[in-house]
Amino acid sequence: MSNIPNELRYASTHEWVRPEGEGVFTIGITEHAQELLGDMVFVELPDVGDEVGAGDDVAVAESVKAASDVYAPITGEILEINEELADSPELVNADAYGDGWLFKIKAEDPAEIEALLTADDYAGSIEDE
Amino acid sequence: MPNLTVLHPKHLAAKAKMVDFFGWEMPINYGSQIEEHHAVRQDAGMFDVSHMTIVDVTGNQAQQYLQYLLANDVAKLQKKGKALYSGMLNEQGGVVDDLIVYYFDVSNYRLVVNSATCEKDMAWLNQHAKEFDVSIQQRCEFAMIAVQGPNSKAKAANVFSAAQREAVADMQAFYGVQAENLFIATTGYTGEAGYEIIVPKDYACELWQRLLDAGVKPCGLGARDTLRLEAGMNLYGQDMDENTSPLAANMGWTIAWQPQTRNFIGRAALETQREQGTQQLVGLSMTDKGVLRAGQKVKTSAGEGVITSGTFSPTLGHSIAMARLPQTNEQTAQVEIRKKWVTVNLVKPSFVRNGKSVL
Repeated sequence: MSNIPNELRYASTHEWVRPEGEGVFTIGITEHAQELLGDMVFVELPDVGDEVGAGDDVAVAESVKAASDVYAPITGEILEINEELADSPELVNADAYGDGWLFKIKAEDPAEIEALLTADDYAGSIEDE
Repeated sequence: MPNLTVLHPKHLAAKAKMVDFFGWEMPINYGSQIEEHHAVRQDAGMFDVSHMTIVDVTGNQAQQYLQYLLANDVAKLQKKGKALYSGMLNEQGGVVDDLIVYYFDVSNYRLVVNSATCEKDMAWLNQHAKEFDVSIQQRCEFAMIAVQGPNSKAKAANVFSAAQREAVADMQAFYGVQAENLFIATTGYTGEAGYEIIVPKDYACELWQRLLDAGVKPCGLGARDTLRLEAGMNLYGQDMDENTSPLAANMGWTIAWQPQTRNFIGRAALETQREQGTQQLVGLSMTDKGVLRAGQKVKTSAGEGVITSGTFSPTLGHSIAMARLPQTNEQTAQVEIRKKWVTVNLVKPSFVRNGKSVL
């Protein structure tokens, strides 16, 4: 069973969301997702300032095995992207919930996060796969 | 129930991620495919290839039989232990399988064929053996370990007996020798120096452990695929199959057209294909971001083709692929990647040898 931190929220498409306060949320892909994909070779990120809607494909995580779309779990504006990933995509494998974060969103409606899965819900959803 | 190699417990102990490979439960990686890839290019890695099929062909007409069965000519093999790569074709000139044949004498050869094609190959070998004085014997009592990389021979020497070290001391590339309990061959599927070692099953786990202790890193099928693709080596079922001419699979060099009098299965069809021309298997190199993948469409002004194998090359740091295309002299092609057409370079289908780029 892979690591699913309790303090985060999740999308069924394997993104995690961490509230940073003041309506800002950090987003990455889960430990489970990086395990499925294997060694990451490229991560294509959105541009800072992009307006994104919940469910939009906004990034691509490309591994030795496959290219996988990453979806925005909430609506808002891209505030920051993880520049480190350009040279070190393997951070997603090594530290999916830490240094391997993908981007930050300034949420249009911070309450939107309540609709996302809890750690328990997400654990249940990947068991059914 | 999947087939398990005798080394299966060693893979589980090393926390390998196991996958189904044509009915065999095999390690895809032991943590990081890219680290395993680099271990083979820079140091020494080992693969469990026990799922592959070993077949001994013996008898008075072993040479004639193999001369008829294979597109390459075993009569080229004159020195004991010498190996030859060949396609085994059907009457339509399609590739039934690709294999390595080792020569001991004109009545004694050993074949190593693919695992996914084992049943089909055995049926094919037996069917054509009927008209020859030969005996076909599958050797299921062995496991096989490939040890590959610039330091692999030095590290493997630590686990060999004195007699085995002596037997391989001056062995050139593409030879095999039986030395005590091991058949040790200077062959491989990575583009690096190394050995493929055929070992009795009851000694395989101990040999694996001794290689581990000697500093050889276990590597899975994932790294095996990126290594062979960098080396420009075909994968059966992906880069060619029964419906592919060897001429359209970069295997023209493995066809022995001379002597004209040698009849082999598929010869007539191949001669027609040679006259009429076939598609070609080319290399693709893309230095932009993104990864070329099998199945993606390729366009040149000569027409459309398809990527047969594609990957991210850990050695080169960008994507490479093999693609089957209509003949062309162009330097570039267009590939459709995730609904966008991208320009890539057309190159010879060989990318890395002995740790270095050959682009």
